[in-house]
Amino acid sequence: MGDAHADISKHVKAYIGVFVALAILTIVTVLASRIHFSGSGNIVVALVIAAFKASLVAAIFMHLKWEKAPSIWWALAICAIFFVFLIFLPVLSVGDLPPQAQHGMWDVSPQAGAAH
Amino acid sequence: MSVAVLPYTVKPHPVTGVYSGKLGTWLFLASEVMLFGALFSSYVLLRVGAPATGPAAWPSHAETELSWKIGGFNTLVLIISSVTMVMAWASLKMNDLAKARKFLGMTVGLALVFIIVKLLLEYIPKFQAHHTPSHSNFFALYFTLTGLHALHILGGVIVITYFIFPGSSLWKKDPEYYTNRIECTGLYWHFVDLVWIFLFPVLYLM
Repeated sequence: MGDAHADISKHVKAYIGVFVALAILTIVTVLASRIHFSGSGNIVVALVIAAFKASLVAAIFMHLKWEKAPSIWWALAICAIFFVFLIFLPVLSVGDLPPQAQHGMWDVSPQAGAAH
Repeated sequence: MSVAVLPYTVKPHPVTGVYSGKLGTWLFLASEVMLFGALFSSYVLLRVGAPATGPAAWPSHAETELSWKIGGFNTLVLIISSVTMVMAWASLKMNDLAKARKFLGMTVGLALVFIIVKLLLEYIPKFQAHHTPSHSNFFALYFTLTGLHALHILGGVIVITYFIFPGSSLWKKDPEYYTNRIECTGLYWHFVDLVWIFLFPVLYLM
């Protein structure tokens, strides 16, 4: 039981560390959104920070760092493959614009509609 | 009438290598990833396809009037609630039910703060300003994503409240089983926090 208590104390230290990191990274996210990066730099920076924060939550709070069961890792791996496919589905629609649409996919101007 | 006993609630299942509740929770969370993933995918599709100008253009921050201060505050509230949730599990591991119940109570309290802030400082003023889901693609997505997320928070509040009061009687009968149920509840709760970690920059900052 003594060992278990020592293990849990280590866990608790990790939880506090992750809390501090998440709080700091939330502030960093807000500050980074105020810097103007070129192109889609702002979106990339915001998503990279969010992904890092999410990894901390999954690894420490959700105990994946200590998870050894292959069944859980398989479930997560399959989920990750489908998730990536799901997020990149919109890419398939690139170039799918009707030739009349001048202002993007959701062009509702009469010119775009009339030509259909 | 004999009471059916669920197998492998404490000991790992010989095939999966983990107690069944945990695998079940992870499979449920995988389906949740797809549910929220589909909505994030819709966000990408609608945002990328929005025209640069005109009435259907993607609104700027000034137009959406979403406050990063309120969103940031709620982000911190959810992060703290994740810490209290995991501390409840750690307290049970150290055989302290009273402390665990206090941490669970704090988690529920923080969840309610999140909901009240969302409702009073965001949803109601948005509706008063006629920024309803039918206003634009942005607000349709904003209300669908944050509304679904808020329903998850409410679901968590119900489950955690159950485990503070009637559900905690399981601790006397089988403390390890109760501790595992709190771990599974925690997995769900951290997932809800994790979704918000993405929602905050996507809706309030980008």
